Amino acid sequence: MSAASTPRRRADSPAARFAREFAESKLALVGLLGFVVIVLAAVFAPLITPQNPYDLGQLDIMDGRLPPGSAGGWGFTYWLGTDDQGRDMLSGIIYGLRTSLGVGAMSTVVALLVGSSVGLLAAYYGGRVESLVMRVVDLQLSFPAILVALILLAVLGRGVDKVVIALIIVQWAYYARTIRGSALVERQKEYIEAARCLALGDRRVLFRHLLPNCLPPLIVVATVQVAHAIALEATLSFLGVGVPVTEPSLGLLIAEGYGYLLSGDYWISVYPGVALLIAIVCINLVGDQLRDVMNPRLRR
Amino acid sequence: MLVYLIRRFGQAMLTLFVMAVLVFIGIYAVGNPIDVLISPDADQAEIAAATARLGLDRPLWEQFLTFLGNAVQGDLGRSFVHNMPALDLILDRLPATFELAVFAMLLAIFLGVPLGMWAGLHPEKLSGRAIMTGSIFGFSLPNFWQGMMLIMIFAVILGWLPSGGRGETVELLGFRVSFLTLDGLSHMILPALNLALFKTSLVIRLTRAGTREVALMDYVKFARAKGVSSRRIVLVHMLKNILIPVVTVLGLEFGSVIAFAVVTETVFAWPGMGKLLIDSIVLLDRPVVVAYLMLTVFIFILINLVVDVAYSALDPRVRLADRQG
Amino acid sequence: MTGRLATALLTGAAITVLAGGAQAETLTIGTAAEPSALDPHFHNLGPNNETRRHIFESLVNTDAAQRLEPGLAESWKAVDDTTWEFKLRKDVKWTDGKDFTAQDVIWTLCRIPNVKDSPSSFTIYTKAVADAQAPDPHTLIVKTDSPYPLVPTEFSTWGVIQAPEDAQDLKFKKDGCEYAGEWPKTEDFNAGKQVGTGPFKLERYTKGDRIVLARNETYWGEQPAWDEVVFRPITSPAPRVAALLSGDVDMIDSPPIQDLERLRSDASIEVAQGLSNRVIYLHMDQHDQTPGVKGTDGKNPMQDKRVREALSKAINREAIVDRIMGGVAEPAAQLLPESMFGSDPELKVTAYDPEGAKKLLAEAGYPDGFELVIGTPNDRYMNDEKVAQAVAQFFTRVGIKTSIDASTAPVFFKRRNAVDFTMYLAGWGAATGEMSSPLKSLAATPDKSRGYGTTNPGEYSNPEMDKLLTEALQTVDDEKREELLRAASRAVMNDYGIIPLHYEVTPWAFRKGLSYEPRADQYTLAMYVKPVN
Repeated sequence: MSAASTPRRRADSPAARFAREFAESKLALVGLLGFVVIVLAAVFAPLITPQNPYDLGQLDIMDGRLPPGSAGGWGFTYWLGTDDQGRDMLSGIIYGLRTSLGVGAMSTVVALLVGSSVGLLAAYYGGRVESLVMRVVDLQLSFPAILVALILLAVLGRGVDKVVIALIIVQWAYYARTIRGSALVERQKEYIEAARCLALGDRRVLFRHLLPNCLPPLIVVATVQVAHAIALEATLSFLGVGVPVTEPSLGLLIAEGYGYLLSGDYWISVYPGVALLIAIVCINLVGDQLRDVMNPRLRR
Repeated sequence: MLVYLIRRFGQAMLTLFVMAVLVFIGIYAVGNPIDVLISPDADQAEIAAATARLGLDRPLWEQFLTFLGNAVQGDLGRSFVHNMPALDLILDRLPATFELAVFAMLLAIFLGVPLGMWAGLHPEKLSGRAIMTGSIFGFSLPNFWQGMMLIMIFAVILGWLPSGGRGETVELLGFRVSFLTLDGLSHMILPALNLALFKTSLVIRLTRAGTREVALMDYVKFARAKGVSSRRIVLVHMLKNILIPVVTVLGLEFGSVIAFAVVTETVFAWPGMGKLLIDSIVLLDRPVVVAYLMLTVFIFILINLVVDVAYSALDPRVRLADRQG
Repeated sequence: MTGRLATALLTGAAITVLAGGAQAETLTIGTAAEPSALDPHFHNLGPNNETRRHIFESLVNTDAAQRLEPGLAESWKAVDDTTWEFKLRKDVKWTDGKDFTAQDVIWTLCRIPNVKDSPSSFTIYTKAVADAQAPDPHTLIVKTDSPYPLVPTEFSTWGVIQAPEDAQDLKFKKDGCEYAGEWPKTEDFNAGKQVGTGPFKLERYTKGDRIVLARNETYWGEQPAWDEVVFRPITSPAPRVAALLSGDVDMIDSPPIQDLERLRSDASIEVAQGLSNRVIYLHMDQHDQTPGVKGTDGKNPMQDKRVREALSKAINREAIVDRIMGGVAEPAAQLLPESMFGSDPELKVTAYDPEGAKKLLAEAGYPDGFELVIGTPNDRYMNDEKVAQAVAQFFTRVGIKTSIDASTAPVFFKRRNAVDFTMYLAGWGAATGEMSSPLKSLAATPDKSRGYGTTNPGEYSNPEMDKLLTEALQTVDDEKREELLRAASRAVMNDYGIIPLHYEVTPWAFRKGLSYEPRADQYTLAMYVKPVN
């Protein structure tokens, strides 16, 4: 029943095996493909959009709320319409994707690094360090995430950097707890005992033995958490804090268009909403398959 | 055990204390409640007078000490906005939120467990995959947007259910509850569904994972070999083992459902304490925000404690006290 | 302008004579905001004052255009510059059957400064009263220390409550009435223990959920058409609209601008709208050092009148009204709509003239413009941050690279008071319905002793305006006062001291079969909601 004690297969390289198992799900492949397209679009946004939606000089309110397919005053067609400021929705969505993904990825990576280091150290050393750290984690987790972010951003003001900071602060404890949980189990296993008996240094035991074995659940959690961070950012924008209004993320575009939903100008909130949904679903599809592939207990 | 409980209690008190400090500083940093509360017509003298009436002219540490002194005696202060004890204000709203959260949780379990088991037993079938893909959507929809869509579809286009508010309530043991009247129930369905969707996806996933693990267990194989009907295997042997982690996680999640009802309550105009919280933050009504957080943290700590104790009882390998490094 | 207003008024005009209470009629209203308490003197806040008017009345009433009309007082006059005489109605009864007398008014004047923990007191509307006496039960004599023309106006802002038995001989004293008993508590009002004289009485109050009012059968005035009125706070705009569309409520206030078109085209819904007393404006910091500009060698360009004029000319107000406000606003020429007291009918809206703006900027020494940050709240006024963004577009087009710094109201106010913005967008509703209100707070040179310039953090100063305003505030004669206020308004506008953008128009939406006359004070008052036969 204990997975770690099962000897690993050596039939092919781990990477090849991993790829093969991942590709078993067509849905996950679609997700991965979608994800790659989205990332490419976000990275090359300035090259592929007809307008820089973050430059107020390129917007004209006289072009506001045009339906999809309208020609505007700037000589190009608004394929997905415009919002109330005359922002081309297609450009807005691609730039918004860039901001949303950036915020999600950035905050997750930093939170992951901070959280897992803290959690790992706590689990390894135990005792006072652990109980202190875990109290801080408890404290952190006892605040509703939305609320913490809300108050933080109310204090910090608007800005992409500030949203990232707020998201890191609400997420790190989550990783700390996750890794501490799995490290606690791992720590009592024979191989750590063995490493210790060999009088290997703390650092070596921590990073070469403990960390790799705690990593799989962490990666899965992180994938899902990127999606979660993007959704949280959208909710914060909905509540009136978050990124600056002149540089909208997908979440903010939806929030701004939310008011137009009932009025018939559906494109302002529907298209960014669809884009957000696709992005999150793609990430979750990939994460979901990763979970299955990386869970040794399910391996046949 | 007693020592452990006392220690945990001490830590809980410390947590509450730290949190109160943070909220005081946080709200102080955001702004002066009087700026938002006072009529724009007020002159400087009136602004000063109002500030003094609410005790906001004193240094922050002094305000905090006063709060602390009162808090020890069970008085969490009076709302700046409503001129009522903050705790009363919140407890007034608690039943509404509690009712909604319980309803949402039940919904999540009764929808999630069967679907999750089905998906776990038939991972390769189209239906099993459809359930899993569906659960991914459940995870992915931003809550506020999803709520709006529910209102659009069920209240505006179809006209089946009311769009918001709490509807008719009746007294039950001194609390006003909606679930006993048809009108109240119809008001509760949409917000509860909105709140439940995310948790349903979670339950589906937990149940499916559990089902798949349990299905490989020796005792299930034995049961099969013994010729126990597969219906009985699923409903008796497997369900029992799957439900333990599901219920544990949901127990932990209950606190977060209550806390995260904020968005749902805003969208559906549900008069619960989450909505009160948002309004209080906007108006910088510090006593209410502090009291709300105190209460939420208290609930969280209580749940965590119960889960920890239960865990140690179930798994002797995780000892509660005096872990050695 | 007047033509448009007239049409607006016509849309919602009451056309009906009601047939006195044939069957039980309930009116349900979805409101954007909820009163913080039912105590009429606890919190000087729109929703509180709105709810208060149903239950507790004032001596002086205000009509839909915020002009004064008789309320509990059937007439009033200035006996001399510092003495006012109010003649009270004799046929008024409290809902517990007792008679309404002048002593109730004195009791109210005494109670207003004695509301525990009030975050925004009504004392600002009673502090001019130096003495109040009741020579007979239906006459009230009010004295002020200096000529104070706003006494009747200010007496329209607070509701009268009933004097208890032990306060029947209580005398008014400016520095605190000597009352031995316990002042009424806010909780007593919330619990409905205090009776009023208004057209409705409190039936049930569930915070955050509903306020239920029942018709006051003994009301002295016209009986409202509704046996019962339910106010339901639905703070999110979209669900509020949804509640109206699905028939859960009969009427809503502040329908979101975005949905008006759709609501108008819905055969079962009607929309009424009218000009409000609220102006949206841009305030400019006048200090030597200012935080929100770049590229001016440390100078504050806002000190230059030519720059201020250029900024005003750079804005296409019609476009903002049309595109961002969905027509629910009117371009503003000053701080109060021209239909209201003290507003100067001669002033014209600054015309959109980007070329002229560029020329002025070049003359002022900024041919290449500069960088500017506009502060704005994002949850306080209709489409506030959207309007700010549109303004930023226009400024950017004349060469002033502009960005927006939007924050929630508490943060915005804090930063505004700390002079953190070179320019900010805000709104001002004239609670008194006349010009001295915006001028005194927004344009007058800050002066604590006189309560001038409370919302003028940039310290704009115009001595000519200050003089005219001060004189107006001591002139009891209405005609003369209005002339002075108009001149004061001209003085500020010709100096471009404040850039007005637009006046908000307030919309209401309700099911077909109702009518409502739009009110400048933006209140939703159930007694004026009439069924159309």
